[in-house]
Amino acid sequence: MTDTPQAGTPPTGPETTGHEWDGIAEYNNPLPRWWLITLYATIAWAFAYWIAYPAWPLLTGYTGGLLGYSQREAVLGEVEAVRRDRDARGQAQLASASLDAIRADPALLRLALATGKAAFGDNCAGCHGGSATGATGYPNLQDDDWLWGGTPEAIERTIRTGARSGHGETHLGDMPAFGRDGLLTRAQIQAVAGYVLSLSGRPGTPAATLDAGREVFAGTCAGCHGETGTGNPEMGAPNLADAISLYGASPEQVVATISHGRKGVMPAWEGRLDPATIKSLAVYVHGLGGGR
Amino acid sequence: MATAQPGLWKRHEIFEKNSIILLIGALIVVSIGGLVEIAPLFYLKSTVETVEGVRPYTPLELAGRNIYIREGCYLCHSQMVRPMRDEIERYGHFSLAAESMYDHPFQWGSKRTGPDLARVGGKYSDQWHREHLIEPRAVVPASIMPAYAFLDRPLDTEAIAEDLKANRAVGVPYSDEMIAQAQADLTAQRDPDGPGAAGLQRRYPGATIRDFGGGRTRATEIDALIAYLQVLGTMVDFKIYEDKKNLR
Repeated sequence: MTDTPQAGTPPTGPETTGHEWDGIAEYNNPLPRWWLITLYATIAWAFAYWIAYPAWPLLTGYTGGLLGYSQREAVLGEVEAVRRDRDARGQAQLASASLDAIRADPALLRLALATGKAAFGDNCAGCHGGSATGATGYPNLQDDDWLWGGTPEAIERTIRTGARSGHGETHLGDMPAFGRDGLLTRAQIQAVAGYVLSLSGRPGTPAATLDAGREVFAGTCAGCHGETGTGNPEMGAPNLADAISLYGASPEQVVATISHGRKGVMPAWEGRLDPATIKSLAVYVHGLGGGR
Repeated sequence: MATAQPGLWKRHEIFEKNSIILLIGALIVVSIGGLVEIAPLFYLKSTVETVEGVRPYTPLELAGRNIYIREGCYLCHSQMVRPMRDEIERYGHFSLAAESMYDHPFQWGSKRTGPDLARVGGKYSDQWHREHLIEPRAVVPASIMPAYAFLDRPLDTEAIAEDLKANRAVGVPYSDEMIAQAQADLTAQRDPDGPGAAGLQRRYPGATIRDFGGGRTRATEIDALIAYLQVLGTMVDFKIYEDKKNLR
């Protein structure tokens, strides 16, 4: 150190690097040792990483690394491992067993209800609500009023193919827009709306209107909704004789429904969810209280 | 160190005493880094993945995408299902690079105040999207998403052909025919029984043609946005996509 140049006049001043421009010298303040060691360690780590993991691009590919790691392969393996684990815990039986068999076996039923509940929150709650009570236009799944049938099999089919979803086997059934398309006159719609409200015991429709409405109903609506308005799950025609109304039961709402028709869409879940999950959902929804 | 190697120091001196040479030297070093890290991505087979089914957006979807960007949806919604098991179980198959090959700019994002939207197409009905955009809390009571009721206004379609041209300039293969028909296709996509439906289907195979819940009125911004949301993540058929052959 004796020949290290010193800065400025005080001979005991800080050490300098020996660089000097226009009389300005550069102090030599070395980096803390722990910091330097950390830096060298990270550099060494980088070299190890290059060798172990995919790193350097080549002309047509890249260096794969000794570990042969692939993020896609890793995640596919992880998904597969969890699937196998779940299969071992009964998911495989869920996929193969019939809905009746699932409901008859307490262990399978428990698994299906748990799976169904989780899947419901992720996929169904957006429309049907977290507690499955629905909203205007989105059926309540807790009651026993079913547009497309309330047996476990019918529910499974509805989940699988949806309604007016574009799926090849989806439920189809369109209520015409009787007002917009000029199929009924305004007076006829008013009358039949009053009659429809009376079917579920709602008062307020004058007797004369009822008669006119009954006539329109028999000629126009009974084909799908039935002579007594109890509906037809084959066509998704709702029961009009109960107190449940998907699109509201005020006179205005009923008139709007008749005038514009209703074409509620439920997405098809086949392909998006696996068969075991769809079955679990069917069992779960059926078990919410209104299953038939 | 420098005192130990006066020769090396002398050679470095030219950079330290000459700002232009220092600048040029810095540029050279940085561009080497760029060449090594970025350039190979454009020719490596493993990074350029082509997947069956991915097509350019239809004019209506592109108009919806423009609204998505204009309203800053990306600030709260990502569009990338990452290759992680929990994401795959919630959202579906992890996103492929090819699925956003016609996105300029891509909408991957990294902020998820709301859920990821990469596979939202087909998950909800058009009507649900409409109600949800107009008042999110009408269908999801706990939602903190702002209401976009103002989008229920006529869609400005004047510049749609220019939008297609701009996308073509950055590499989306819109043909002259697509650009010439842009205005007509934008209308045709909402009318399945109309005369333009067949041509649209030929130009954009697999495009969904329906009114997106907007009825027979003039296209609104909500219609376009719903058309865009409903196509997200649906172009690739994962029933025929082979994961094992496409490991990266």
